[in-house]
Amino acid sequence: MASHRSILDLVGNTPLVEVSELSPNPAARLFVKLEGQNPSGSVKDRVALAMVEDAEKAGLLRPGEPGQVLIEPSSGNTGIGLALVCRVKGYHLKVVLPSNVSPERRQLLEVWGAEIIESPGGEGSNGAVRMARDIAAGHAEWVFLYQYANPANPRVHYEQTGPEIWRDCPEVTHFVAGLGTSGTLLGIGRYLKERNPSVQIWAVEPPAGEIVDGLRSLDDGFIPPIFDELGGAALLDRKTVVRPRESVEWVRRLADSGVFAGLSSGAAMAGAARCAAQLPPGAQAAIVVVCADAGWKYLSSGAWTGDIDEVAERARSTIYF
Amino acid sequence: MAVAVDVRLPTVLRSQAGGQSIVTVKASTIGDVLRELVSEFPGMSGQLLNDDGSLHRFVNVYVNDDDVRYLESLETPVREGDEVSLLPAVAGG
Repeated sequence: MASHRSILDLVGNTPLVEVSELSPNPAARLFVKLEGQNPSGSVKDRVALAMVEDAEKAGLLRPGEPGQVLIEPSSGNTGIGLALVCRVKGYHLKVVLPSNVSPERRQLLEVWGAEIIESPGGEGSNGAVRMARDIAAGHAEWVFLYQYANPANPRVHYEQTGPEIWRDCPEVTHFVAGLGTSGTLLGIGRYLKERNPSVQIWAVEPPAGEIVDGLRSLDDGFIPPIFDELGGAALLDRKTVVRPRESVEWVRRLADSGVFAGLSSGAAMAGAARCAAQLPPGAQAAIVVVCADAGWKYLSSGAWTGDIDEVAERARSTIYF
Repeated sequence: MAVAVDVRLPTVLRSQAGGQSIVTVKASTIGDVLRELVSEFPGMSGQLLNDDGSLHRFVNVYVNDDDVRYLESLETPVREGDEVSLLPAVAGG
């Protein structure tokens, strides 16, 4: 195997693994795309690298010039991916991070030297977005990549992740992924529908709005600008909410197949299982699920070994998307 | 035919419903559910439905965990024993 000049060369091209033994319906095959294999451990390495390279091409960031600062709101993975990319490229990163993320997320940000600005956990990611926008507005000299509105986010999935899935599983009938910024679903979903318009796109989300108690009213809600701009509502075929207990049950089932995946992957698998169970009689399916990250960042949650009721209760107050 | 359905409220709406986290309404569609809620708890008016009666942009409504925007929206039928959940639109990432 050839050696690589930079760790950043290892972003993307992740493996697809069949886990049909976990399917509740023998007519539905299940495949997981292991995004935890990326260098910082999540699908967001793709987005982080694409956004930084776009900013370099646009002249917003100048490689090799000291003193350049980026600021970004993130519930974890995008911040961690950016921290890795910025460390390698010599930029200083500030991440606005809700206080109620797993401790491993903070630790990983620190590994690559990112500065953490804490936002109130009760406001969830919406609060982190608001705080980062306010801070960025006061610092025009800082680069604000803003993953929720940055076209490089869905584009990298359209150009890379979608084609990888099509290459490895051209028989795909359904695609299931978590809904966070919507970049993964928009980019991969659009690519797969262009190849085969009958592919069904399923979004899975956590009941995050239940734990968000810092909103004054529903008017504090947030829809990523890319979701509206790229016609997300028309692209998705289904959207389903998966609760923490079911997410934990499914990370345990994934472990039965040897797959060590994070809580949002458990949620996505639960969504895929619903999809499999609802197939019409006689239909065959190949369901591809994005496992956004691996389990390392969730070991402190006890997800695999703890009492499931206690784990699910703790997960209720933790942001894991 | 109208049936009794339980509606789970997010924290942000509970104060409008006297602190209750689950309320029961009689309805045959999701549109009925939301209009019943606004009628019973006027403080929710303007947060669930727009002036033209359409679903407010920042509220997500689920029947048995499926988002109604990808079913039949306000016309989505509800059956006895269904659980309806309301959640604010929240970011991730």
